Amino acid sequence: MTDNRQLLKGNEAFAEAAIAAGCRYYFGYPITPQNELTEYMSRVLPSVGGSFVQAESELAAISMAYGAAAAGGRALISSSSPGIALMQEGISFLCSANIPMVLLNVSRGGPGVGGIQPGQADYFLATRVGGIVDYHTLVYAPASIQESINILMQAYETAEKYRNPLMLLVDGMLGQMMEPVVVPDGVETIPTTDLHALNPWAVTGHRGSRERRVIRSLRLKPDELERSIEERGEKYARAEIELTSYEAIDLDGAEIVFVAFGSTSRIVKESLTALKRMRIKGGLIRPITLWPFPYRAFDGIDKRTKAVVSVELSKGQLIQDVKLGVNGRFPVKLIHRTGGMLLTPEEIVAAAKNISEVN
Amino acid sequence: MLPLFEYTKGMREEHTSYCPGCTHGIAHRLIMEALCERGELGRAIGVVPIGCSIVAHNYMNVDMCESMHGRAPAIASGIKRVHPDNIVFTYQGDGDLASIGTGEIIHAAHRGENFTTFFINNAVYGMTGGQMAPTTLIGQKTTTTAGGRSEAANGKPLRMAEIIATIESAAFVERVSLDSPANVRKAKKATLRALETQKAGVGFSFVEFLSTCPTNWGLSPIASLEWLRTDMIPYYPLGNFKTKEIGR
Repeated sequence: MTDNRQLLKGNEAFAEAAIAAGCRYYFGYPITPQNELTEYMSRVLPSVGGSFVQAESELAAISMAYGAAAAGGRALISSSSPGIALMQEGISFLCSANIPMVLLNVSRGGPGVGGIQPGQADYFLATRVGGIVDYHTLVYAPASIQESINILMQAYETAEKYRNPLMLLVDGMLGQMMEPVVVPDGVETIPTTDLHALNPWAVTGHRGSRERRVIRSLRLKPDELERSIEERGEKYARAEIELTSYEAIDLDGAEIVFVAFGSTSRIVKESLTALKRMRIKGGLIRPITLWPFPYRAFDGIDKRTKAVVSVELSKGQLIQDVKLGVNGRFPVKLIHRTGGMLLTPEEIVAAAKNISEVN
Repeated sequence: MLPLFEYTKGMREEHTSYCPGCTHGIAHRLIMEALCERGELGRAIGVVPIGCSIVAHNYMNVDMCESMHGRAPAIASGIKRVHPDNIVFTYQGDGDLASIGTGEIIHAAHRGENFTTFFINNAVYGMTGGQMAPTTLIGQKTTTTAGGRSEAANGKPLRMAEIIATIESAAFVERVSLDSPANVRKAKKATLRALETQKAGVGFSFVEFLSTCPTNWGLSPIASLEWLRTDMIPYYPLGNFKTKEIGR
């Protein structure tokens, strides 16, 4: 049996997977720690019949991607926290105009310019969104490079099905580390001429054979605007049923249940093994989708559990959804680091031991 | 009997929401006529701005999308990547293009993007009710310069066509005026030439239309045309600033 695995850096693997998933248009602006992705796209996209543009700003990059997506193309955006913050204008607009798009946020520590080390401080930005609100971005939080690839392979279909932007929140650690991965064979590229028929909403030129198409965000009549928001609400309700995804480990009889996503969840998994040796039973809920958030996972927590602990690289953001999921049934605690500092399994074990003794 | 004047197929038979005497209607018609004459109506994709002309898609009979404020040139750059053989254009006012969207317009020209920008310069923010634009003339009264724009407080107005013309990869740059039949005919010629430049793939093309805003200028339609002639044209000279040869 041949081994298709390659040792790839996260950022390059994301780019390779996006191309395999059909991405042909990429618009980027340099920002650490995701530059390898932009550089990969500049090298590879032209050779597969795609287009790469280095934009003058993040505002322009998201706008170019909107143009490409409005024209029916599969576009990718990648950036890191401060750049994603700048792109909120475009993301809000994409949602209002019902345009599909795939975005990667290789996140770092904030606020402001913050630092360039990994962080999860964009949790609110991703899940509560940052533009004029009353919309949602579909948000996935893979914990490995392979899982990122698997999500990316489905991402365009999901974004197109819901006609909504889909974001992968991968922190700088996943972007910068290397892992052995398999990138599946690429999907067949859609010829430009077929975009016309395939996306019955895209602007392609009417060729005198159909009514003109208009992609709109502005709705000056309040009742029309309200109707569009309610209609979008129906699709978000559908997404909550169809897309919500999580991993639950050892909830049965767990004294402490941790909740963590992305690379932090891998550190928690290591801590579970160490806790077992100390005869403290720990479990883990790992949200794979951050929006829609897997609140239903919390119904699987054992009645004997002493505390539910949010473990995050942010100053208490994930914990808000943990509290909504717990809904008063258990005490909720926080273990966190910020600023690009990482948690060690030892730190988590010590904090968990403390919680176990007090509760 | 031959009709002397009729709707172009490029315009939908709708009443516009523009104020009486506003020259948006003339600019719309010129662009749509030019697309029809070149057989490009069915292959055209337009981007409308934020401002009065965001509603242009109600009137222009081509595929269109709305834009975030000032970002139309970036959006057009994305559309053109997907449909390089289509005619792609932006239609933008002076608040949109010369203020919040300066980055996008400069860099579209800088990259030599192969689309066309139609720039409506009426020296004021129209839709928001008549505030100062970067193109507002010295002494011109607006709702944010009640005593008239002063150079000390606001600097002198931006001449966008001249700025764009300095950029190496801009291929065609011309300023025209919509104040008289003779000038409207010249504006039509410039519009056609801009579309030809794009069709030939020579690079970025830009037509600036000096336009009126009777409502926010506080003038009658006729007095507005007169003010355009006596006050705007001296500061914003008409003419061609750049024409790259189109290879035959």
